[in-house]
Amino acid sequence: MELLSPVAPGWGGTLLVGLLHSVEIAIGATCLGLMIGTAGAFGKLYGGPVTRDLLAVYTTVVRAVPELVLILLLYYAGTDLINQVLTAIGYSRVDISGLAAGIFVLGFVQGAYSTEVIRGAILAIPQGQIEAARAYGMSPGLMLRRITVPAMLPFAIPGLANLWLIATKDTALLAVVGFFELTLATRQAAGVTKAYLLFYLAAGALYLALSLFSNLIIGRVEAWSRRGMPSVREAR
Amino acid sequence: MSAAGVAVVQSGEAQNGAAEAIHVENLHKKFGQLHVLKGVSLSARDGEVVAIIGGSGSGKSTLLRCINCLENPTSGIIRVNGEEIKLKADSHGHTVPADRRQIERIRSRLGMVFQNFNLWSHMTLIENVIEVPVHVLGVKRSEAIAQAEKLLARVGLAEKRDVYPAFLSGGQQQRAAIARALAINPRVMLFDEPTSALDPELVGEVLKVIGDLAREGRTMVLVTHEMKFAREVATHVVYLYNGLVEEEGPPEQLFGAPKSERLKQFLRNVG
Repeated sequence: MELLSPVAPGWGGTLLVGLLHSVEIAIGATCLGLMIGTAGAFGKLYGGPVTRDLLAVYTTVVRAVPELVLILLLYYAGTDLINQVLTAIGYSRVDISGLAAGIFVLGFVQGAYSTEVIRGAILAIPQGQIEAARAYGMSPGLMLRRITVPAMLPFAIPGLANLWLIATKDTALLAVVGFFELTLATRQAAGVTKAYLLFYLAAGALYLALSLFSNLIIGRVEAWSRRGMPSVREAR
Repeated sequence: MSAAGVAVVQSGEAQNGAAEAIHVENLHKKFGQLHVLKGVSLSARDGEVVAIIGGSGSGKSTLLRCINCLENPTSGIIRVNGEEIKLKADSHGHTVPADRRQIERIRSRLGMVFQNFNLWSHMTLIENVIEVPVHVLGVKRSEAIAQAEKLLARVGLAEKRDVYPAFLSGGQQQRAAIARALAINPRVMLFDEPTSALDPELVGEVLKVIGDLAREGRTMVLVTHEMKFAREVATHVVYLYNGLVEEEGPPEQLFGAPKSERLKQFLRNVG
């Protein structure tokens, strides 16, 4: 058990640093994914034919290819491409931090799924509420902020919560590109100490704790977003 | 109907000298192949209550919704308070408002009340009522709240100020929607079949509120199926048939001595 101690020679600290990195990536990727998803949903619903086609290609391709392949592709090909562009325009090569690359890659994947979740949520808003906003002279930006986003939230949150939980666990895929997150940290600790069962159980417990904590927060956010809706329970 | 009250007979076009609040001229609206409005003209002077009646599919709701460009007219002229709405053809050949800011400004002074209330479901009643004053018109929040409380009290919903619309009856929601329309201090109120979605026993409470507004001289354009109510509150009635104005005039003339055969038939059917 002293192997799990947070101070050396225990490996608990290493695991916690890994968890922290996983959470950082998941938060970053989810935020990026939400931005891409919101823009993508609006583009798909209200954009011109070219925008719609481009977004259809994006969501189809990203959702069709296994995430591990996308991560390898975007990570290696992506950093290579950036460096080629940089050298072509006369800058020196840069080392792209694993954190930034991880957030970008997972965010790009999350964006495709978020686009569809948010598009569905916008379609679920009673059209009359959008119409009322138009009829009272709201500008498109104000309508987005005051009406569309809050009104779609109750329909979007269950789907987005799923995506968040998937994101926390997709961070483990970044171990293959050598990013030091919880899974890689666990592999190191287990490899050095040979206490495989202990460390993988510990990692499992940390992922579970993260999910349980997330559920608590998501439950509150969802209840808040549904504040204007009667309880389904009463309608049984 | 409990809205009976005292019929105010403002006979004829009493306010002929008043400025024209709404002016619609030769309005056409096509939905694809469907020609819904075939050259309709309409005018509402300050203080007038114009009731638009007609059978289903006659184009009465479309006409109302063209006034604030919720539906873009295919052609025609719309003037609100003397200001003509600038229209242009978009890349698909559809007519759309040419100046987004102009149409937003005009809309923010037209208080629209919908058939299905269309209150914003994530906001309490008081939040619904202050939303447009605060965020579109730039009224100070404290002032907007004070005014909204008065308006909610006026429509009999003072104690429901912090309730969300979904927890209220249709009649209560529609009265709140009327308070929301009043909160922008509208030059003209537009009612799109305000009682059509209500249970019969709730119609009266809404008509009473609308009737009171009419009697205090609010300018209104009202699409309605309530003929008795139209007769009581309207100063001018327009009967639409198949996308055209079939007959119009003061209510006592239209309801008392209709000239058109179609209108006679219509009144027999709904009466």
